[in-house]
Amino acid sequence: MNPRSILAIAGVAALALSGCVKNADPNATNAINVSSTVDDCEVSATSATSGNVTFAVKNDGKKVTEFYLLAEDGLSIIGEVENIAPGTSRNLTVQAQPGSYFTECKPSMVGEGVGRKTFEVTGKQVEVDANEQEATAAAVAAYTAYTKDQVGRLVTEVEKFVAAYQSGDDDLARKLFPLARTSYERIEPTASQFGDLDPKIDYRKPGAEAEGIEFTGFHRLEMDLWLKEARKNYPDEKITALTKAERTKYGNQLVADVKALNEKVTANDFVLTLADITNGAIGLLDEVAAPDGKLPGEEDEFSHTDLYDFYANVEGARVAFESVRSIANSKGEAAKELVGDLDEQFAAMLALLSTYGNYKDGFVSYDTVNQQKRNELGAQLNALSEPLSQLTDTVLSANK
Amino acid sequence: MPTSNDRGLSRRSVLGLIGAAGAAGAVGVAGAVAIAGGDDSDSAQSMVEFNGAHQAGITTAAQEHLYFASYDLTSTADREDIKELLAEWTEAAARLTKGQEVTAEGATGGGPHKPPDDTGEALGLGPNNLTITFGFGPGLFDDRFGLAAKRPAELAELPSFAFDLLEDRYSGGDLCIQACADDPQVAVHAIRNLTRIAFGRAQIRWAQLGYGRTSTTDKSQETPRNLFGFKDGTANIFNDEKEDLAKWVWADGANQPWMAGGSFLVARKIMMLIESWDRVRLSEQQAIFGRDKGEGAPLSGGTEFTEPDFEMASTELGGPVISLTSHVRLAHPDANAGKRILRRGYNFVEGNNNLGQISGGLFFLSFQRSPQQFIDVQKSLAADALNEYIRHVGSAIFAVPPGVKPGESIGAGLFS
Repeated sequence: MNPRSILAIAGVAALALSGCVKNADPNATNAINVSSTVDDCEVSATSATSGNVTFAVKNDGKKVTEFYLLAEDGLSIIGEVENIAPGTSRNLTVQAQPGSYFTECKPSMVGEGVGRKTFEVTGKQVEVDANEQEATAAAVAAYTAYTKDQVGRLVTEVEKFVAAYQSGDDDLARKLFPLARTSYERIEPTASQFGDLDPKIDYRKPGAEAEGIEFTGFHRLEMDLWLKEARKNYPDEKITALTKAERTKYGNQLVADVKALNEKVTANDFVLTLADITNGAIGLLDEVAAPDGKLPGEEDEFSHTDLYDFYANVEGARVAFESVRSIANSKGEAAKELVGDLDEQFAAMLALLSTYGNYKDGFVSYDTVNQQKRNELGAQLNALSEPLSQLTDTVLSANK
Repeated sequence: MPTSNDRGLSRRSVLGLIGAAGAAGAVGVAGAVAIAGGDDSDSAQSMVEFNGAHQAGITTAAQEHLYFASYDLTSTADREDIKELLAEWTEAAARLTKGQEVTAEGATGGGPHKPPDDTGEALGLGPNNLTITFGFGPGLFDDRFGLAAKRPAELAELPSFAFDLLEDRYSGGDLCIQACADDPQVAVHAIRNLTRIAFGRAQIRWAQLGYGRTSTTDKSQETPRNLFGFKDGTANIFNDEKEDLAKWVWADGANQPWMAGGSFLVARKIMMLIESWDRVRLSEQQAIFGRDKGEGAPLSGGTEFTEPDFEMASTELGGPVISLTSHVRLAHPDANAGKRILRRGYNFVEGNNNLGQISGGLFFLSFQRSPQQFIDVQKSLAADALNEYIRHVGSAIFAVPPGVKPGESIGAGLFS
């Protein structure tokens, strides 16, 4: 994985989003046709040379669609076009740096995309001539698009999870639980800014009780799915299985709450700033280290699926970092060193977490990770958090 | 940072004030006097009077160090044991606060064949303004000791608050002793020897060492800093605010006459998420507290003791200069129907947790006429932006009986 190639292009992505790619040499433009159908996203080429690349996206499906160019991590958005009505076309132009990418369409504009395919850009590094304001607008636009994308995915993943839970397929629900949470964990500081939703969606049992609010959301369902662990953690309480009616109630509420979150982040007045993005990155890592967080194994105290959340928090922080990379890189030598350091620490953190598994095959249960190993994770988390806390100042500083 | 000499001087001048404030109708006045002694350090010899209308250690100018112990009564203890224990504790405390050994025989005068009465580690250290303050937890008034009828109506377990993460091992207790001194060893010596006296009747449930005061109870003292690096508690009740002390600190004994002149003590062990806090940018740290970090002035301007202007609007923030979720706003009497509490907390650091994070924070202590004052302020703090960086892990409440005249026992009113 070479995060540098992604980052180089992030600034450009912003240009594309704000629709102001300048000095584009028409001769150098790669024109690529995309057809968004009901269940696929056909792209007329699998590679292009670096420089301006234009995707002419035609909606050959039945629902309003979107097209994405994603970075190599599959999460960061390099460029997107939204609201392509059936039968119409829209163009996406990006100034692409050499590297590996993914293309993807999203009919009905919510949830998981369809037809994800790799897309290679070859050739030489392209000089970027974005000014500060454009670069900032680009970074914010890219990260905002990412947030919307994640919340959209959250809705569909939660619907799947809740459907399994309500149908009584507990084995499947237990499998889907940690996966349904990942989109949320990647953008949690953003969700937290809508004060009343985070407590409903993601409060832990002790937190809800301390505040005297009803215990609902992910962890309420978790407690019901891992009853034996719940009784072990709270031996003095009589914890009973939820009835079918209660499953319906708590399941429906979780779906309604993540849908409400989706409405908030897709609303026109949803605005993020550059500092929101970089501070959010630190917030994500704080979520891991907190005494009621993942590192001490308190977040998912019944399922012990903390490592999924941990990984997702780090991924979310890295996307935030990626979206401001080109800005940071324009701030002089010390800033470049910081970017290099963060590349190294993010890679080390994710590599260490990967020794415990992955989303597809599953992560090991966190109660099997002994104290010494938790300490090792904590030490790497500190190594990453410390330079990351310098990022806001760096991106907000004057150009050097 | 004042030198120890400065502190000694200011403390003495302070004590004069307390004496004046407390003189009305008091049998003995809680005040400190420097006595001439063999030690060449004035501050080490500085002493706080144990006897008085109120117990010392509440309005006494906050000393530098704390050792606090909460006790459970043993399963065999009965009413008579408690009465005797309190009498013995009172006698010992009166000696210890004078800088004396716990008994006349002390550390070396008991002959070679018995263990010394006094543990000896404070020999030659001087009184160091030691105060010893006793309190009674709700458990003392349950059905074990026939004291239920003496229970102050206000003394009940605290409700749970937002962001509580309480642990039994840091919470509760039937009795408590707060020992404060300017030398930590003097405070530890006091608790150690009083604990020894209690064996068979009471034993320590939990204890807390505090190494730096975080509160000021006297206007001549500089406002100290908490482990977040901020001056907190600037708007404390000071020991010369006689009317406010009467209104907000001293219990009137309306429902339990033995409590007249006493107070209620709330202890909260608050862990700080030190590593996360240290990665917060300065502007946000200041927004969270509502004060500037260097001077301690409210963000609305002025100096440390300038009253915050909560109405002042910021064009940049599109809201008030002092944020709606800032600590200074929510803890301020303006946000709490004018209610005040007397804070007397200490910083603590006790090594690290098993994830390599510093275990430190604030051992919060407050004295109030009714626990409801604390409850209201703490509820108001539910929206405090600071909550992201703290966790309350311990909680206890105690009724603090009034002070005693020479020859009387602490809490004698319980048994009359």
